[in-house]
Formats: sequence, C-alpha cells, structure tokens
Amino acid sequence: MGEKIIEVKDVWFKYSEKVTALRGVSLEVAQGERIALIGQNGSGKTTLAKHLNGLLKPTKGDVIVKGMNTKETPTHILTNIVGYVFQNPAHQIFTKSVYEEVAYGPKNQGLSKEEVDERVKMALELVGLSGYENVHPYDLNYGQMKLLTIASIIAMQPDVYVLDEPTSGQDHRGRRKLMKLIDRLNREGKTIIVITHDMRFVAETSERTILMARGKIIGDGPTEEILLNTELLRQTAIKPPQIVQLCEGLRKQGIDLHALTIQEAYQVLRRKLAAS
Amino acid sequence: MVSNEPIVVYENFSYSYPTTPNALVDINLEIHRGEIFGVIGPNGAGKSTFCKSLNGLVPHFYGGTMKGRVLVDGMDTFEHTTAELSTKVGLVFQEPETQLSGLALTVEDEVGFGLSMLGFPAKLIRQRAREALEKVGLKGFERRSPFELSGGEQQRLAIATVLAMKPEIMVLDEPVALLDPIGKYEVLSVIKEIAAEGSTIVIAEHEIEELAYFADRILVLNEGRMVSLDNAKMVLSEVEKLKKIGVDPPSVTELAYLLEHDLGIKLEYPITLPEALKIFGELMEGR
Repeated sequence: MGEKIIEVKDVWFKYSEKVTALRGVSLEVAQGERIALIGQNGSGKTTLAKHLNGLLKPTKGDVIVKGMNTKETPTHILTNIVGYVFQNPAHQIFTKSVYEEVAYGPKNQGLSKEEVDERVKMALELVGLSGYENVHPYDLNYGQMKLLTIASIIAMQPDVYVLDEPTSGQDHRGRRKLMKLIDRLNREGKTIIVITHDMRFVAETSERTILMARGKIIGDGPTEEILLNTELLRQTAIKPPQIVQLCEGLRKQGIDLHALTIQEAYQVLRRKLAAS
Repeated sequence: MVSNEPIVVYENFSYSYPTTPNALVDINLEIHRGEIFGVIGPNGAGKSTFCKSLNGLVPHFYGGTMKGRVLVDGMDTFEHTTAELSTKVGLVFQEPETQLSGLALTVEDEVGFGLSMLGFPAKLIRQRAREALEKVGLKGFERRSPFELSGGEQQRLAIATVLAMKPEIMVLDEPVALLDPIGKYEVLSVIKEIAAEGSTIVIAEHEIEELAYFADRILVLNEGRMVSLDNAKMVLSEVEKLKKIGVDPPSVTELAYLLEHDLGIKLEYPITLPEALKIFGELMEGR
C-alpha cells in the first residue's frame, strides 16, 4: 500500500443549526487503495466525499489531503488532486461538445493547446469515447454520458477518484466497462473511492469497505469482513449481495460456505463436491 | 389471475425514431389480462420504446415511422390519441420528476391532476386520489408538497397518479433504477401488491434478481428485436444467451449454470433465493 494521501480527523459537519450530517468521522486513505463507501441515503456518504476535495469544509475537525489542510487550501488545488464524478451526469456536463467537456479541466490547469489535446485524446481513449469529440454531450446515451464525466476527470489526472453511484442506470455491459476502467486507473496507482448502493459491484471491485449510518462510520475494513457481517448491514437496511444471502441461508442448513461473489461460491462448492 | 384473454396484441410491429432507426423490429406477441409481463435487455435494446408504444407515445409524440400495429383492449394505438388511451394504459417513468406535473402544490392535487384534465367531477377525483394514495402507502401525505418527498415516495406518488386513472394496464419503465435501496424496496413492495390484486402489469427492469420473484413471463429484447419470450424460469435459465447480449441473470442462477456447465452436475436452475436454498441445500447435503 502506498503512503497516506487523505486523513480525516474527527470531522463534524452541520448544514444548518438543525442538520448535522457528519458526527465525528475519522479515517485514513493510502495511495492506491480501492474503497467502497456504502450506507443509506442521508447516512453522510456524499457529505463525507465532498470534504475530500474541499467542496465542503468541516464545521469541526480537519481533512488533510497530501499534507494540506482543506480549510487553508484553495479548492482548485484540491480538485486537481481529488477528482469527483457526480452521480447525475447532467449535474456535471455544461459544454456543447464532448471535446470541450473533457478539455475544460486541463485548460484550467493552464496547459498548452497541445497538452490539452493530448490529455483529451488519452482520456477519451480510456473510456472508449474516441471519435465522439464533436458530439453534443446530450446526444450521448446515459451510460456514455457517465463515461464522459469520468473522462473529464481523467483528463485532469488527479491522484484520487471519487465516483458517486457509477453503476446507476448502467447495464451489465456498462458495469463491465466501468470495472475495467477502475482496474486500469488503479493499476496506474490511482486511489479509487466509490460511493454506491450496488453491493454486487462492491463485492467485485473494492478491497476495503466503509459503512456509514447517521453521520458516523459504523464499519471499516476488508470488504469481505463488512459484507459478511449481516448483523451490521441489517442495522442500515442494506441487502448484502444475493450470493452472501445464499451462503448465510446454507450455513443455517449446516453447510459451511463463505463467499462474496459467484466465482468464489463456485470455487468453494467445486472443492467440496470434489472432496466427497 | 392470468387469463388467456389477450389484452394487448402486437402484430408485426416495427418502429423507427426520426433519428434512430429500428428501435423495435418485428414485434409479435400477446399480453394476457392479469399477467405480470417483465421486459429485460441491455441499454438501448428497446425496452423504453416498447413501454412507450403501449400508450401510443410511440409514435404519436415521437414521430418517426412504424409498420404493423398494436391493439390495446381492441383499440389500435395508431388510430387513437394518447389521451384516449390514458384510461387503458398508465405509464410510470424511470424518473419520478418526469412524471409529476410540477403544477400541483399538494400530493393530493398531483394524484387528481390527470383526472381533472379529463374533466372528472371533483368528488370522484378526491375519492380516487385517496384510494390511490392509500394503495401506495402515502396516506397522510395528502397536504405535503410533491417536491419535499424522498425519491421512493415520489415514485410511489407517480404510481398513485397512474392508479387513480384506473387503467387496464400499468406500464412501468425501470421504476426503481434511480432509487436508493429503501426507495427500491418501498416501490417494489407496492408493485408486488398491485400485481397480487390481479392487475395487468408490464415492467421493464434491470433488477432481474427482484423481477424473478414476481414476473409471470419475461420478454428479452436486444437491438430492438425479440430474443426470448417465455415464463420467467425458462428465460432466466438461459444464462449463456443472456450474458452474451449483456444481461446478468440472478447470481444464484449463474452459480447453478457454472456447476452444471463446468462439472456436469445436473441441476434445476433456481431463479430466486428460496429456490436456491432448496436446490443447493439438497445438492450439498451431507457433504
């Protein structure tokens, strides 16, 4: 694991006198980690994520990004380190062409025309949207729009990617594409933080899972540990992946089976069948 | 109860949008009264277009060209307006905000909106609205603003606005795709309840593990064409075929497929969790 890139120290956040969204959240993120941030709507996931790039500043406590306290650092410096991909692509897209959309970030970083073009080319290739440069973003389908919003963040070459609900509205093929893309970015040493309700996606993509409820972190550990802790999940009304539910049910029938994904369950069953 | 009486008939129906050709190609099928009819397929397969062709939005609103015909309760959708079809077919969109009129200040007015547009008397509107809200579990929300509701509540409100019209068929286009788990659960529970009452429901859905619990038959679309149409168990057991077009079968079904395909174990394919517990339980008993 790489060195510490983000440190969240006892952070509290109030949207107003009455609404406290974070209640003493602490965590550390190392460069190159793949983290899933899960919890019900209103649990504080998005509020926490928006603290990582300085979109929100703590009411109490500190967030340190690459050694810089977000309270004392201009947001544009932080957003170059932590890229945030919004859930609804329409909330992010604001230009008239795919090229403009992706070029906006690197242009603002003060890069030359050649460098900007280079970045756009690279980012569109990575997400599979080469050839769409002159298309209006709203003429893309929903899945492509999502990929476009990711490309516009890739073009800024941040160290950390925060992806808010990347699989919503995606089909099987879109999910596979996303998984490959996340793998690729992670292999290049990028840190990936995915905010999601999609437990199957969590099981298949994240090493570490952070579970939030009522503005607090109530679970933080290897994904396996969190998703197999059905008691903990039930407190938050999150349904574990179907395979985890299957294993839980079979264990009650006296069959010892622990697995997160279809492949894992298959391997365990295969070994058991071969042994008998 | 599913009857043999077809309430919807597609005859050689093909449709092209002005900008997208072949959105639907050669659709031939019948939907029966009281049936829960699931529609699955990858993005761009034609699921939404199929839903919109049931109430005539396709082709009336979108233009384009069509061949063949669609009959709903004997009415040719090409010869009748969407307004005329609105008491036959109620369509619930993916995004509740698309559905809500934006004109009503209260939940109750929102539910009555469609009926008031059709000129129903106020007393009847109020009664229908109350009934519909009760059905979707929004009793007590009558005076609230539609825009202060959660996503799940808004989608249930959208369903209530359709229920109030008492359509013969309810069509839902990925009604839970954009909701959080609690919202999904709320909305699916309401749909299951309406289904249990014997309504005819057409539902396009990505959440196949959920659909497996309540669909009678499932239509698989790919690139606008019918790939499969059969009872839910038959369709979802075609694991290879589904994965090839980019659709994930339920996890438990895929697990059974792997065991049979790679190890040659003859297995009944489960499509729901209770079925899987029984089938895998028996397979592993004593091992």
